[in-house]
Amino acid sequence: MKRLKEYSPWFAIVIAFLLILLLPVSEHKIHLATRILIFGLYAVAFNILFGMTGLLSLGSALFYGFGAYVTGMMTKSLGGDHFVYLLLFGALCSFVIAMPLGLLCLRLTDVYFTMLTFAFGQLAWGVCIKLYNFTGGDDGIQGIPRMALLESTKSYYVFVFLVVFLSLIILWKISKSPFGLVLNGIRQNRSRITFLGLNVYKHQLFAFLISSFFTGLSGGLYSGLDGSIHPNMFFWTQSGSIILMVILGGINNFFGPLIGTIIFILLEDYIGKTTEYWPFFLGTIMLIMVILFPKGILGTISTFIKGFSSKREIGNGCHS
Amino acid sequence: MDVILEIKNLNKHFDGIYVSKNINLKIFRGSLTAVIGPNGAGKTSLFNLISGYIEKDSGEIYFQGMDITGKKPETIASMGIVRAFQVANIFPDETVYDNVLVASISLFKKSVNFLADKYSFKNIREHTDMILKNLSLFEKKDLKASELSHGDQKILDIAMALTLSPKILLLDEPTAGMSPDERKSMVKVIKELHKKFNLTTLFIEHDMDIVFGIAEIIRVMVRGEIIAEGTAEEIRNNPMVIESYLGKEV
Amino acid sequence: MDISFLLSQLIGGLSTAMLLFLVSSGLSLIFGVGKVFNFAHGSFYLLGSYLAYQFINMFTNFWVGVVCATIGAGIFGMVMEFLFLRRIYGRQDEGGFQILLTYSFILIIDDMVKFIWGSEYKTIEKPEILIDQVQIGSIFIPKYSLFILIVGLLIAISFWFILNKTETGKIVKATAIDRDMLGLLGINVPLVMTTVFGVATAMGGLSGALAAPLRTVTPGAGIEVIIDSLIVIVLGGLGNFWGALLGSIIIGEVLAFGILWVPQWASLLNFLVMVLVLIFKPEGLFPQKKGGRV
Repeated sequence: MKRLKEYSPWFAIVIAFLLILLLPVSEHKIHLATRILIFGLYAVAFNILFGMTGLLSLGSALFYGFGAYVTGMMTKSLGGDHFVYLLLFGALCSFVIAMPLGLLCLRLTDVYFTMLTFAFGQLAWGVCIKLYNFTGGDDGIQGIPRMALLESTKSYYVFVFLVVFLSLIILWKISKSPFGLVLNGIRQNRSRITFLGLNVYKHQLFAFLISSFFTGLSGGLYSGLDGSIHPNMFFWTQSGSIILMVILGGINNFFGPLIGTIIFILLEDYIGKTTEYWPFFLGTIMLIMVILFPKGILGTISTFIKGFSSKREIGNGCHS
Repeated sequence: MDVILEIKNLNKHFDGIYVSKNINLKIFRGSLTAVIGPNGAGKTSLFNLISGYIEKDSGEIYFQGMDITGKKPETIASMGIVRAFQVANIFPDETVYDNVLVASISLFKKSVNFLADKYSFKNIREHTDMILKNLSLFEKKDLKASELSHGDQKILDIAMALTLSPKILLLDEPTAGMSPDERKSMVKVIKELHKKFNLTTLFIEHDMDIVFGIAEIIRVMVRGEIIAEGTAEEIRNNPMVIESYLGKEV
Repeated sequence: MDISFLLSQLIGGLSTAMLLFLVSSGLSLIFGVGKVFNFAHGSFYLLGSYLAYQFINMFTNFWVGVVCATIGAGIFGMVMEFLFLRRIYGRQDEGGFQILLTYSFILIIDDMVKFIWGSEYKTIEKPEILIDQVQIGSIFIPKYSLFILIVGLLIAISFWFILNKTETGKIVKATAIDRDMLGLLGINVPLVMTTVFGVATAMGGLSGALAAPLRTVTPGAGIEVIIDSLIVIVLGGLGNFWGALLGSIIIGEVLAFGILWVPQWASLLNFLVMVLVLIFKPEGLFPQKKGGRV
C-alpha cells in the first residue's frame, strides 16, 4: 500500500504524458506540454538547492542560459544530428562552470549568497549581450536544428519526456539518498551538521553542482524547442520566475515544483492570450500565494489532509 | 590511566572579557567529570573551544596526544570529541529515526552517496536501531522530531551525539528543563553509558544533586577560571567554592 | 584630456551619484530598520518619474509636479507596507518570501505603469531656470546637475540631522536594533515602520522625478535602478546609511569614467565591482562596528 502511494505521482506523470501523446491534441498544446516538462526539470533541479538545502539562488538562469547557448550554438554549427550528445555536453559545461562559481558563492550565506548569484547571473547576461560577434548579442540565435528523428513537435515531445523523466528519477534518488538527508539537515540546522562531523561547504557545493547540471540540461532542451535562444534567458527575472514556480507548488515536496510549473505555464499561456499584461497578473497571483498560501499548493493541500487524518504520515515527501 | 584530553594555558576573551583564563586541565580516559559554576563562568565557552566552534587566543588543546587547536569543528567531531547541546539541537522536520540516521551516515562516511536509498545500508540501519533502542526512542522513531516532548528532544540530541561513537562526550546541561522523572532517567542513561562503554564524559550541570551523585571529578569555574578541582567530598568542603558558588546550604 | 573636462565629468558623476543615493539610502534604511530587502524599490523610482510626468503636465509647474510625485510615491509605499509587507516581517527565515513579495510588486507596478501611461517614451522639460550651464572658472556645469547635487546634499544632511540629533531619529535607530523591546516600551513600532517605509519610497520617487528630465521616462527604468542600487548597497554595506552615500559616489564615478575608458563594457563594470566586493569584502567597503546600524 505504501509502495502504491509512493509510486503514484510517477504513474500520474506517465499517464498524463500518454494522454497528451495519444489523444487528438493540437500542436500548440503539445508544444506547451514540452515547455512544462523543460521548466519542470529546471524547477525540480532548482529545488534541490532551495527547498532541500536551503540556498536561495537568484542566478540559476546563468546555468540555464549557459546550457542553452552551449548546446544551441554548437548544434547550429555542427548540425542537428549531433543534438543529443551536444545536449549532454551543454549540461556538462554548466556543471564545469558551476565549480568556480559555487566555490565563490557558497562562501557567503543567506542574503549575500543570493546577491552574489544575482550579480554573476547579470554579469553573464551582460557578457552574452556584449559578445555580439560570438553570440549574436541582443538578436539572439535562431534556426537551431534538431536531428531528423526529432523534427516533429510530437517526436521532440517524446524525447524531452524521456530525458526529463530519467532526470527526475535521478533527482528523486538523490533526494532519498544519504546525501539528500544531509542536505535537508543543512537546511534545518547547519551547525548541528557540522557538529556531526560533516563539512557543510563541501556538501552544499555538491548540491550546487548537481543542480546546475540539470539546470543546464533544461536549457539545452529549450534550445531545441523552438530552435531559438536569447540573452534574456540569463536575466534575473528568469531566475525569479523559477522561484515562483517552485513556491507556487510547494518547496517541501519533491513534486511540488512540477505542480507549480504546470500551473504557472498554463496560466501564462492562457492569460498571455487574453491580455498583454501577464506580468501584472503574475504579480498579483504571487502576492496572493505568498500571503495566503505560503506552503504552496501542495503544501497547503498536505497540511489540510493531515488535519483530517488521524494516522501519522510515515516518511512521505522528499525530505523524510 | 592515560590522559585523553589535555588543555594547556587556554585563554579566550571577547572584547576584553575573559571567558577562559589560563585553563589547565587533564581528563583521563573513561572518567566522568562535571564542570560547574555560576552562569557566565565560561563553561559553555570551554566546550565551544574544545569542540572547535570558537578559536582560542592562546594555549593548546591535546586530544590523545595530538594538538587539535585550530582544527575545524567537523574534523574534531569526526575525530571523536562529540557534543550535545543545552537547547536540543536537532532537525525538526525529520523523523526521530532520520535524525539519528544522519549521524550514522556521518559515522560510516556515506554522506556523499547520492544514489543509494538512505535506508539501504545494513550497518547504518543496525547502528541507528541500536542507538534508538538504547535510549528508549525506538517506539517513537517515526514521529517528527518537532513533535517530541522537550525532554525527549534532549534525549534525541544526546542520541545523535552518541551515534558518532564518541571517545569524549561533552554534555551541556543534559537535564536542563526536564521534569524530575526525566531527570532521573537521563542520569541513569549517563551512568549506564559511562559504565558500559567506558565513555569519557564531561558534563555541565547546575543540579548539584546530580553532580555530587555521579561525578567522579568536579571542576569549578568562575569568571573564566578553574578555581577548584577534585572529588565530590573535596569540592563540597572547599571554602573558595562555597563562597563563590555553592553557598552555605550544601 | 584637460582638467576642466575631467572635473566636469566628476561633477556629472556626482550628480548621478546623488540620484542613486536617494534611491539606495531608502533601500538601506528599509533593510536596516525592517530587515526587509525591498526589491521593488526601483519601481518607486519608476513611479516617481511617471507621477512627475503626470503632475507636471497637470499643473504645468515643474516644482509642484516633483513635490506631488514624491508625496505620491511615499503614500503608495506606505500603503504597500501596511497591507502586505507587515505580514512577512516575522518570516525572514523563509527566505524566498521577501524576494517573492517584493518581486511581485515589481511585476504589478511596472505593468500598471504601462497600463496607465502606455509604453512609449515620455519626456519632461527641465524648468526654465535650470536650463543651460553655469561656469565656474573654466569648467562648465549643467545647472540641472548642480541642482541635483545640492538637493542630494541637503537631503543627506537633513537625514544625518534627523537620525542623530532628534528624538525621532533615536527611535528609528532603536527600531533597527530591537523592535520587540521598543514595542514593550510603548512605542508604536508599526507606525515607525510604515513611516520609515514611506520616507524611503518617497525619496526613491523623488529621485525618479528629478531624473525624469535627464533621461526619458520609460517602463524599464525601475529594473535598471534597482540593479544599480543593489550594487551600491553591497559596496556600502547593508543598512549602512553613509555607506550608501559613499557607495553611490563610487558607482556614480565608475559609470561616468567607465564610459570614457571602456565604453563597450562600461555597463558591466558595475557588476564586476559588485562581484569583487562580495568575494573579498561581503560586509561592504565601510563595515560598521556592532550596535550601530542606520
